[in-house]
Amino acid sequence: MALLTCKNLSVGYDGVAVASGISFSLFSGDYLAVIGENGAGKTTVMKTVLGLIKQISGEIETGDGLKRNEIGYLPQQTAVQRDFPASVWEVVLSGRLSKIGLRPFYDKEEKRLAEDMLEELNIAHLKKRPYHELSGGQQQRVLLARALLATRKVLLLDEPVAGLDPIVTTEMYETIENLNKKGTSVIMITHDIAAAKKYANKILYIGANVFFGSKEEFIKSSDGKIFGSAGRNKK
Amino acid sequence: MTEIAERLYYGFFYLPTGIYALIVSVLVALCSSLLGVTLVLKRFSFIGDGLSHVAFGAMAVAAVVGLTNQMFIAMPVTIICAVLLLKAGGRAKIRGDASVALISVGALAVGYLLMNLFPSSASGSISADVCSTLFGSYALVTLTGAEVWLCVVLSVVAITLFILFYNKIFAVTFDENFAVATGIKANLYNLITAILIAVVIVLAMRLVGSLLISALIIFPAISAMRVFKTFKSVTLCSAILSVICTAFGVLLSVVIDTPVGPTIVCVDIIVFFAFWLIGSLKGGKAK
Repeated sequence: MALLTCKNLSVGYDGVAVASGISFSLFSGDYLAVIGENGAGKTTVMKTVLGLIKQISGEIETGDGLKRNEIGYLPQQTAVQRDFPASVWEVVLSGRLSKIGLRPFYDKEEKRLAEDMLEELNIAHLKKRPYHELSGGQQQRVLLARALLATRKVLLLDEPVAGLDPIVTTEMYETIENLNKKGTSVIMITHDIAAAKKYANKILYIGANVFFGSKEEFIKSSDGKIFGSAGRNKK
Repeated sequence: MTEIAERLYYGFFYLPTGIYALIVSVLVALCSSLLGVTLVLKRFSFIGDGLSHVAFGAMAVAAVVGLTNQMFIAMPVTIICAVLLLKAGGRAKIRGDASVALISVGALAVGYLLMNLFPSSASGSISADVCSTLFGSYALVTLTGAEVWLCVVLSVVAITLFILFYNKIFAVTFDENFAVATGIKANLYNLITAILIAVVIVLAMRLVGSLLISALIIFPAISAMRVFKTFKSVTLCSAILSVICTAFGVLLSVVIDTPVGPTIVCVDIIVFFAFWLIGSLKGGKAK
């Protein structure tokens, strides 16, 4: 059974659709890349899946024991304020917040989990640093740690490598690939077609047409050719 | 030196009203600085300003109606406006900043008009009334025992709520989308924040007057953010700064015989520049 299924989804703001006719399903262990031009509505679709905005029509179903609020989320970098006073520790720990319910503070177990997560993502040495003084790649790792503390089932990444230099980009992709191999299902919004083809097993293309299928099917399809060549021309 | 001590004693500590005023000032300062950190970070600084004008309008209405305790009208009206403004912040047809401006100027004008149309019998002078509502009373506020208790209870409730929801407030302020996506009821915490702000503003009105409340909310947070870089340290520093500045301002106003509200705000301004200087020196060293 699929973890997440969207059927004929239409999304947008105030009743005006940005993207429609979107259907896809995510199974345990999948690595789904969501691609499409700027303004095609990729982020809007994902915000709808997360429950931040309501869909105009269509259905979103979760299965296999997944709850709607068990999708970890790595926002686009601009979503977080530049000069916000917060230490890495405070940010990472806040991933655990939904688990503490009505309790006002974190207990030892939650702090231990957060410590382990810092170790796992190699950012333990940054624990006390202010978040906004970190480099782009370090900030992404911190947000990744926060998302993983919230849930390890499904991780939704919105342009995780935007603005990162090539070396850090590769490291980020490797980290995500490792997480996927350990059993976390991944949905990644990206502009990077090459990375989508390299790492993902399924592709959702949002544009004039909507395509959903395996990576191999995508490469054969016309959208794949058009988008693939457009991507190459830009570079 | 002895002269200052005498002034402090006879003008202040000699009467219970002086002690009351100090207790209430410190509590109000503490509440406003705690909320200030969240407001400044959410880019909602201007809401404090708008709401204080609403409170001014509500106070005027209460005075016209002839209520003895004006808080009973001012409090609910301000709370309702706070909730509406925070809700409107994101997605209303009239943009958040414009609606704040509309409401605040509107309330100010209506309030002043009412005060002119129906002058209160007690003081006789409209300009004195308006002046004290806008800038706080010239002398120390004379509070009755019941008012002091009301202030103390409301402040303690506000501070307790802040401590209980500290982690949630941080998460919702830092990244509301993430909080909502993982199942945090962000709207509930925004609502609690809005109500707390309204309560603090109505409480602070007697102390510094409606025009200067924003200073009480914003200055300590901004000063703390110059030097400290984590949420916890900024919150703590802001609270401590606010309490010290306010207590010092209250005592100073007695000694040099100046209006209380503006004196507190001036102390806040001086501290802000001091912290700004420390912050830039520290930042310079790090680079």
